Amino acid sequence: MKLTLKIWRQAGPDAEGAMHTYDLDDVSEDMSFLEMLDVLNEKLIERDEEPIAFDSDCREGICGMCGLMINGDAHGPEVTTTCQLHMRSFSDGETITIEPWRADAFPVLKDLCVDRSAFDRLIASGGYISVNTGSAPEAHSVLVPRDDALRAFNVATCIGCGACVAACPNGSASLFMGAKITHLGELPQGQPERDNRVVNMVAQHDHEGFGGCTNIGQCTAACPKEIPLDVISQLNKDLRTAMRHGH
Amino acid sequence: MPDTTSAADASRNAELDGEYDDAAGYYTPGEPIRDTKAPDGPVDQRWSTRKFEARLVNPANRRKLSVIIVGTGLAGASAAATLGEAGYRVKSFCYQDSPRRAHSIAAQGGINAAKNYKEDGDSTHRLFYDTVKGGDYRSRESNVYRLAEVSVNIIDQCVAQGVPFAREYGGLLDNRSFGGVQVSRTFYARGQTGQQLLIGAYQALERQVAAGTVETFTRHEMLELIVVDGKARGIVARDMVTGAIETHTADVVVLASGGYGNVFYLSTNAMGCNVTASWRAYRKGAYMGNPCYTQIHPTCIPVSGAHQSKLTLMSESLRNDGRIWVPKNKADCDKDPRDIPEEDRDYYLERIYPSFGNLVPRDIASRAAKNVCDEGRGVGPEVDGVRRGVYLDFSAAIERMGRDGIQEKYDNLFDMYERITGENPYEVPMRIYPAVHYVMGGLWVDYDLQSTIPGLFVTGEANFSDHGANRLGASALMQGLADGYFVLPHTIRDYLADGPFEHVGDDHPAVVEARESVQSRIDHFLGNNGTRSVDSYHRELGNIMWEFCGMERTEDGLKKAIDLIRTLKDDFWRNVKVLGEAETINQSLEKAGRVADFMELGELMCIDALNRRESCGGHFRGESQTEDGEALRHDDQYAYVAAWEFTGDDQPPVLHKEDLVYTAIEMKQRSYK
Ligand SMILES: Cc1cc2nc3c(=O)[nH]c(=O)nc-3n(C[C@H](O)[C@H](O)[C@H](O)COP(=O)(O)OP(=O)(O)OC[C@H]3O[C@@H](n4cnc5c(N)ncnc54)[C@H](O)[C@@H]3O)c2cc1C
Ligand code: SF4
Ligand code: FES
Repeated sequence: MKLTLKIWRQAGPDAEGAMHTYDLDDVSEDMSFLEMLDVLNEKLIERDEEPIAFDSDCREGICGMCGLMINGDAHGPEVTTTCQLHMRSFSDGETITIEPWRADAFPVLKDLCVDRSAFDRLIASGGYISVNTGSAPEAHSVLVPRDDALRAFNVATCIGCGACVAACPNGSASLFMGAKITHLGELPQGQPERDNRVVNMVAQHDHEGFGGCTNIGQCTAACPKEIPLDVISQLNKDLRTAMRHGH
Repeated sequence: MPDTTSAADASRNAELDGEYDDAAGYYTPGEPIRDTKAPDGPVDQRWSTRKFEARLVNPANRRKLSVIIVGTGLAGASAAATLGEAGYRVKSFCYQDSPRRAHSIAAQGGINAAKNYKEDGDSTHRLFYDTVKGGDYRSRESNVYRLAEVSVNIIDQCVAQGVPFAREYGGLLDNRSFGGVQVSRTFYARGQTGQQLLIGAYQALERQVAAGTVETFTRHEMLELIVVDGKARGIVARDMVTGAIETHTADVVVLASGGYGNVFYLSTNAMGCNVTASWRAYRKGAYMGNPCYTQIHPTCIPVSGAHQSKLTLMSESLRNDGRIWVPKNKADCDKDPRDIPEEDRDYYLERIYPSFGNLVPRDIASRAAKNVCDEGRGVGPEVDGVRRGVYLDFSAAIERMGRDGIQEKYDNLFDMYERITGENPYEVPMRIYPAVHYVMGGLWVDYDLQSTIPGLFVTGEANFSDHGANRLGASALMQGLADGYFVLPHTIRDYLADGPFEHVGDDHPAVVEARESVQSRIDHFLGNNGTRSVDSYHRELGNIMWEFCGMERTEDGLKKAIDLIRTLKDDFWRNVKVLGEAETINQSLEKAGRVADFMELGELMCIDALNRRESCGGHFRGESQTEDGEALRHDDQYAYVAAWEFTGDDQPPVLHKEDLVYTAIEMKQRSYK
């Protein structure tokens, strides 16, 4: 395939950015999207142009490190991560626009790389169960109904990629936060800290500059792990309960 | 697993009797090395003894003691969380943008623990036995016993953290059998066990960040170790965003920096996995144990072309139901597999290993696949003139269990396969091929997980200690968490009990020297103005390693590889092209440093493989096989850990041998026929 690529280039966090156009021939449909960019980078290096910076690590759709806006869609046209998107999803002669995640809480570091450390601070504000090492009871001392465990697992599969934030017109992280609150809230082990968790995480969320949720639903449509929208209802419900409990 | 012949019988091979040292001239023999920390006495009491003997640190003094941990995978995150809780001041480093993205996140299959929940005969001793045997008697019995012993606590810890393991309808934990083991001891969270375990450890780590005991440094790469008066006292790291070269000092340093499988360029490892942290420590005096021990995983998606950047593993659990075959006739290799009748298919594993069939251990399954492809009977696209793939066929299983049954069991794997290859595995058989997956070699450590540099501890895949020549499935996750949650916190306190330690300032000559050496490497790369990209060198190195130091090795091949690597390394330093600046994200610069270290490691791996003229585990020496082509170990000559010491650039390394002594287990030759 032959492609025309329009790519956002920005030298650093404070530098002015702009779209640049590159032509690329001989793209095989078996390439992943990121392998296509690798090939482009090798060409740029050949011509003494600095390669395009973009993030990736596992290239298996599980670490959450990759993430690009492709033709305006977070992770591109399929419901998957950018590293698991393959060129067979595009056609010969196409023009593809590639930009970094856009959100106030995710500042651009360079080219297509953004800073998502706000997610870590969100987890640090309450997204855990307090248990010191060595003090855990025997695993079978608390039973967990299979369906609860399954539901906890299904939302625990969030990879922290940030596509939900990038896709949201408000730049809200409610889907990410709701997934964690639902994961821990489904399990008996998560109950003691349930009220505190939601209150603290919501406060941190606003502090980081993520926007409010107005139920648009773009987040769940873009989520490669198909985290359902009802985790946001769960989040709101937990918040109301916590407030009733006097938090 | 049946044992048929004893080791002594099998290794008696007339032609091979006598002293062999293919690596003579490539190294200098050194003094033997010993693990002086493992207590004597019955194997099941050694860990209790060591924990009791390890000195204590008063809680009030812990705030004054500091720990640097490089790596936030299972090994690093669990250690950082636990040491933070204990009250030490911890600094945690990783090169990704978040600790949660460490490579451990990719592990699919599961984690072992001797819980015996199924009452099927499992026990600590059996897990210990299976692990030592699976490692072809090239791991340490004390370490492995301890691993099996603490395995049960790992599951308790993870469940308490909220790890959503698979459950049965009654609410109890479910487990399955995995990787050629005959008891059900593998705990799992669908095909994403590593992710769930790592999220648990990461959350525990972030909890300590909030508590102020752990400070995280993400997008930071350790580029040098600081050694003061013979002790590890800190690291030099580059802030990968601003390019700042920073020095961080502490009372001890822990490397939990993962494995170096990416020396092969193509592997199932994440793109950024590297050897730099370990290699810098090696160059500062930490010995490297068994570097040539590589695990090749049989069930990966085959290479599709020259653009390939990494390989994807398909969970081994697929081998429980899929049948592996290739066409009997070369002429059929490009046919639609559905048009090849039963009688023209060669179910080669079932044919050669009737009792284990498709479930033979990883090394055997991998080598058998390579052999049939080398014979010209591989399937799938031709890359560089050879078809490297074999079928993993579910059609019989679909008939037996129904499409729904298969879907319930393997759906996410089938989806993943289809997404990558564009083929629907419910309709056409999957294609698989072996790929580099894990390294059993790593920095040498004693029972305390301390390297030969005092104050430098090494955990998880970065150390060599627990897996021998071949790692069984679901045991790396176990080791990472065992080291971080349960072992290191005890052994490191024994070391820290010597504190308080003298303060090391930024102006200390050792710190200045370490910093300058980092700076001069960076200056070299950016000022080199060469003509070839870093990736092109990495790819070439990978081809050499895979060809000559991969699944099958020979004396001639390894010698050739060493020459090729030396030439390549020379050219790399003169001719590599790294564009851009130091003071910003510069991914070519990051890669250049990693590839430079991979080149040196690759050479040492070949020397290690040359020295070990025996076949064991994932490591097959062409010169050491039985009459019917099976791997042949030589316990009489090679029952040792090869611990290599660095002596200077272009100087031969020194080989120290640690004899492996088994008191609780008898060495047997493996047989899966
Ligand atoms: C696809 C796949 C599937 C697997 N499945 C299983 C399984 O089912 N069961 C099982 O038991 N094992 C499995 N394994 C193996 C297992 O996942 C790994 O061996 C294990 O997770 C390694 O953990 P670790 O903590 O030692 O290192 P890693 O998780 O690799 O972490 C390394 C850490 O070190 C950091 N780092 C490295 N170098 C530097 C540096 N120079 N500076 C700063 N930071 C650095 C990284 O950022 C990272 O945080 C699998 C492996 C793969 C690839
Ligand atoms: S909720 Fe989905 S889109 Fe958002 S971070 Fe998690 S996986 Fe990514
Ligand atoms: S690189 Fe890990 S999810 Fe894409």
